[in-house]
Amino acid sequence: MEGKAPAKARFGMVIDLDRCDGCGACMVACAVENNVPPARPSANDRTGLTWMRVHRATGGGPQGGDAVFIPVSCQHCGHHAPCVSVCPQNAVDVNPETGVVSQIPERCLGCRYCMAACPYHARYFNWWDPAWPAGTEAALNPEVSVRMRGVVEKCNFCHARWHAAKAKAAAAGKREIDPADYVPACVEACPNQAIVFGDLDDASSPAARLAREPHAFRLLDRLGTEPKVFYRSEREWVRRLGEADVAREAKEA
Amino acid sequence: MDAPLIVRGLRRCSTRRFLAWMLPWAALLGVGLLAIGLCLVKGLNQTNMDNRFAFGLWIFLDLAVIALGAGAFFTGFLLYILRRHELSAVINSAVVIGFLCYSGAIGVLMVDVGQPLRAWFTFWHPNVHSMLTEVTFCITCYLTVLAFEYLPIVLKNRQLRRIPSFLVFEFELHKVMPVLAGVGTFLSFFHQGSLGGLYGVLRGRPFAFRDGFAIWPSTFFLFILSAIAVGPSFVLLTTWLVGKISGRTLVRPGVFQLLARISGWLLAVYVAAKCVDTLLWLNRTVPRTGAAPYQFYAWEPFGTWVLFVEIVAFGLAPALVFLSRRLRARTGWLVGAATLACAGVVTNRFVMTIQTLTVPTLPFEPYMLYWPSWQEVATFLAVVAYAVIVYSLSFRYLALFPQERELQQG
Repeated sequence: MEGKAPAKARFGMVIDLDRCDGCGACMVACAVENNVPPARPSANDRTGLTWMRVHRATGGGPQGGDAVFIPVSCQHCGHHAPCVSVCPQNAVDVNPETGVVSQIPERCLGCRYCMAACPYHARYFNWWDPAWPAGTEAALNPEVSVRMRGVVEKCNFCHARWHAAKAKAAAAGKREIDPADYVPACVEACPNQAIVFGDLDDASSPAARLAREPHAFRLLDRLGTEPKVFYRSEREWVRRLGEADVAREAKEA
Repeated sequence: MDAPLIVRGLRRCSTRRFLAWMLPWAALLGVGLLAIGLCLVKGLNQTNMDNRFAFGLWIFLDLAVIALGAGAFFTGFLLYILRRHELSAVINSAVVIGFLCYSGAIGVLMVDVGQPLRAWFTFWHPNVHSMLTEVTFCITCYLTVLAFEYLPIVLKNRQLRRIPSFLVFEFELHKVMPVLAGVGTFLSFFHQGSLGGLYGVLRGRPFAFRDGFAIWPSTFFLFILSAIAVGPSFVLLTTWLVGKISGRTLVRPGVFQLLARISGWLLAVYVAAKCVDTLLWLNRTVPRTGAAPYQFYAWEPFGTWVLFVEIVAFGLAPALVFLSRRLRARTGWLVGAATLACAGVVTNRFVMTIQTLTVPTLPFEPYMLYWPSWQEVATFLAVVAYAVIVYSLSFRYLALFPQERELQQG
């Protein structure tokens, strides 16, 4: 359980929304890295598996025609993560070494209470058995387990890459990983370098520095969940999108 | 044909007529079992739930029937602990209804989870901080208690009574009934509350999140109060309905009056508490989370009218009818008020389960609707059919209403 001892590191990311052009490379890289199966023909926008999901919001700027793309993944809440306390069988875990909130699919009952609890809608349920087109299974990442039907999954900051970085450090006789060895797939894939990843507790890391900038903000900060994913934008109306009480257009999806 | 099974001295319809009554319910159950089979074999892609609407019709059904089934434990509490002996006239029926509500809810839950074979994980790896853990433990324990309370009613069947060991067992069970009622009351109080807590603790969902006392959000207490307020109304309503359908007088009018009075007082207290809670939630809790209360009701069909209907039409109105001696003396008013009260608790559970999920938390996400698939509806109806079938069999072959024979002779 979280809260017993502070994490040794506090990995997080800062996403520059002024750089994001909504290309979706992060979504694709995430799916490939984490063995997320392609959507079934009968799947829709609301039943697919998108650990990283790019939203589009409009309404800002002088004429209200300005738009922004907002990549949203699990925000890895740092304080009483809503999904951790609700899971009836401890299938959601906070790694004490990294502060990463991760799902244990082998223990998940599929009750989806964590999905109802997540304010960021960043958890996904396997509505179907995972399936890949014939022949493409060979391209699966051998470091990441495939999840079965009926369990919840979500972003874990490419945990397999962290393990690989640890193994590399151990092989070199070091106790600490080299930050350059642990970079999530979405960060690596972004052509505009809009995502910066690192230990937020390490004052020297670029992520920690950007997170402290005045133009940085977090989604739904007032809920008190202390997300470890920060956003930044020079545009004030974009920064306001982090607040829940922004007037939204009442429309059905 | 089945006369030797029917309780001595009670009149029941012919076997043919009984079978004709059971046939449509059996057909409904059959369709429901097919839908359940599809969901278990093919997965929850057979439903219209999705990543935003992670809970749907089934969770609503679970919360609603468990609230209505509260009549079982509360009637037991009033009879065995508070010694309101008048309620012995309906206790058997209340126990059967409670058993059906709880077993139906657990049955649907087993379909609703993605990995039903892992249900035991909750007992093996319990997260003591989760309200769902508390619900799982209490509901399974209480269903066991209900089964033990149901057993002596079954063993009283005319043919089963011929077996001496059954007779002895039934007699022994009766002796521990007050203990079972006490255990059942404790468990029920807790899980009714935990079901409320299930949503009240969702700090990431400002529509559902409530402040509270110690570790319990206010919905914990409101769910208990609403369930015990409406439980007697549901017992009243089902007893009246069974009497109408069977054409028999099952209990003395005084029993209905007592149930109505209990329901009325508790409902009045509940409405007052709900009003205070709603005001505190809108003015204190919601602003603190950064959300704007008006946005919860900005989108039709879920406008403020839902709040009005839930509190005034389905709460205050039936409470006033129940508390008026003149009005509750009239069957039409009495049954109408009981129906409204039951509709109130069902609406409340709908608001907590479904409306909570329609409201987005992120400002760039839209409001969302959800319509259940035929498999979800059929599963829902299968629970209703299962309840009607088992209750009908119990009514036909067991003594559910001890006063019936006496009233029949009178």
